[in-house]
Amino acid sequence: MEKVVMKLDGLTCPSCLAKIQKSVESIDGTDDVKVLFNAGKVKFTLDLAKASPDDVQANIEKMGYTVQGIKVKGLSDD
Amino acid sequence: MVKVQRFLTEQRQALVIGLTVLLILAEAFRFISSNNLMYQILMAIAGVIGLLPILFTAISSLEVRLISIDVLVSIAVIGAFIIGEYNEAAIVTWLFMVGEVLENATLRKTRSAIKQLTELAPQTAVVIDEDGNTSDEDVDFIDPGDMVLIKTGNQVPVDGTIKTGTAVLNEASITGESRLVKKHPGDAVFAGTILENGTVTVNTTAAGEDTTFGKIIELVEEAQDSQAKTQRFIDRFARYYTPVVLLVAIMVGLITRDVRLAITVMVLGCPGALVIGVPASTVAGIGNGARQGILFKGSDVMDRMKHIDAIAFDKTGTLTVGKPVVTSVNVLNGDRQTIIDQAVAVEQRSDHPLAQAISKLDRKYDYQPTDIQTIKGQGIRAQIGEGEYLLGNPTLIKDLLGTSSTLDQLIDQLTSDGNSIVIFASMDHHELAIFGIKDQLRSQAQSALRQLKALGVKRLIMLTGDNEGTAHQIAANLPIDEVHAAMLPQGKADYLKQQQVDGHRIAFIGDGINDSPALSAADVAVAMGSGTDVAMDVADLVLVKSDLNSLVTSFRLARRTITNMNENILIALLTVVLLFIGLFVGYIEMASGMLIHELSILIVILNSMRLMKRISQN
Repeated sequence: MEKVVMKLDGLTCPSCLAKIQKSVESIDGTDDVKVLFNAGKVKFTLDLAKASPDDVQANIEKMGYTVQGIKVKGLSDD
Repeated sequence: MVKVQRFLTEQRQALVIGLTVLLILAEAFRFISSNNLMYQILMAIAGVIGLLPILFTAISSLEVRLISIDVLVSIAVIGAFIIGEYNEAAIVTWLFMVGEVLENATLRKTRSAIKQLTELAPQTAVVIDEDGNTSDEDVDFIDPGDMVLIKTGNQVPVDGTIKTGTAVLNEASITGESRLVKKHPGDAVFAGTILENGTVTVNTTAAGEDTTFGKIIELVEEAQDSQAKTQRFIDRFARYYTPVVLLVAIMVGLITRDVRLAITVMVLGCPGALVIGVPASTVAGIGNGARQGILFKGSDVMDRMKHIDAIAFDKTGTLTVGKPVVTSVNVLNGDRQTIIDQAVAVEQRSDHPLAQAISKLDRKYDYQPTDIQTIKGQGIRAQIGEGEYLLGNPTLIKDLLGTSSTLDQLIDQLTSDGNSIVIFASMDHHELAIFGIKDQLRSQAQSALRQLKALGVKRLIMLTGDNEGTAHQIAANLPIDEVHAAMLPQGKADYLKQQQVDGHRIAFIGDGINDSPALSAADVAVAMGSGTDVAMDVADLVLVKSDLNSLVTSFRLARRTITNMNENILIALLTVVLLFIGLFVGYIEMASGMLIHELSILIVILNSMRLMKRISQN
């Protein structure tokens, strides 16, 4: 499992939050999805065997939001 | 389609300007000629252009089964097209987009405090490899153990210990105190602080988000998005509210056979101000705190702070400076210097504040104590050479060695002078001495406690492990209502729990080091003067500065933020009520409804921006 943080451009409407949350959750292999509305970040854990950060990015961008940066960190307990 | 949508999002500002020009042109045509056709055509074009970005967002919302505001507006605008109200369609989309641009700008402003904070975080570091070559690295790719070079004027990029060199550092970003600290090899340095003078190499212990500063940022970022009860309620409400509005609009349309009325209901029903009002207040309030070193763990903490009626202080480190010094060494039996040497040797092994004070005494000989046992809340038992020794509070000594009138008298005299007592005694009764130790009261303590009372906190309580005499002596100069002395850490926690059973809402202020049980028991746990991991984990509110004034400020800020939130909810609800009354009476139409709706959003954001002002001390 990897811990992924994606930086988005500023989110303005709380409904963006729900949309991004759902679009990330809809990808198999993501878990613990947390969208930080004010910080403009999405945090989640990802099973690399099931999906890649690029898949998630593509899904978010499909909704019309720009992903400005991705950080991936291995979780030590795997 | 994704590309078109991206283009529309990126060019939003250009779109708004374009739309504005089209609308002005249309109105101009209507003004100069009686021919309505050109007006209608221009309005239709504007309507279509305006609808596109909203429609795209609406579709992507529907894809994840979410009925968002965009869905309502899209349907309303399409409806307007169908009944031939091109100008209504154009004006509604224009207002909606202008509103979005303004919301964007104002929200960015409310978030600026946090942005400034994150921008303080270092991005790169100069890493030295084994061969002495240096290279710039992103802090996220630096591992513990990497050697980092820091020069004058640079920001410390990682947490670590100095390996070579000395430096003068400004640690304001971590401690909140902007005085310069000199550091030598072996000393710890923290990411986000500034190296004012010197050059050092640092052995990394943590980098990126794992540093103290990184954790502060993470705490604040998550705090802004943590949700108060009201916020959770509103989210749930909004999730069902929008579909209900859609349903009501359709029913209105079916019953009255009036499409115009139906789409007007849809526009008026948008919950914009309601959903943005509470998060806008939260981010402004929490951001204001963060700028002053007041870290709220979320808006629900603010909510709880509003209801606090009692505050319990751990004396040491909060009401007092927390750096006690030995004021007298009273020897009853034995050689003075030998006793000091032995006491220092034992107390060096303890991090208790009183032990720290003793260990700072000058010693002549370095004893090696063995078999050191801590007797919880009482003191230490240790072996030095052949002898067995006790170091601790009067209870410990009296229980094990008995007492004498001389000893009792001296203890009474020292405590009534405000000293904390540590007794040194050998088990064979040949050595006996009393250390009198004093801690200084914080200069702001009195005024800060007065202000807390003025804010409506009914009782101020001191909980301390120190003796009765010292506790009362310190409390005598303060508006403290109750003093509970000689308490063990667990006892403090039990006291807090009892208060809660009695129906009080109680906050606990500790220095975050020895207070974990009490901190976890309190309704609001406040850790003062430490950005340590432990404090940040257990505390609801972390005060970076060791300053009681920031406690007062935090209570003020919490109150104001919650009040502001309630104002915003009220504004939002009143707007909806007024709009529907207006609709009923016939004053409000689709376009004017949208205008008022967008205005209400701007009003709540502007209202929350009032929270960004610094709170004055009085």
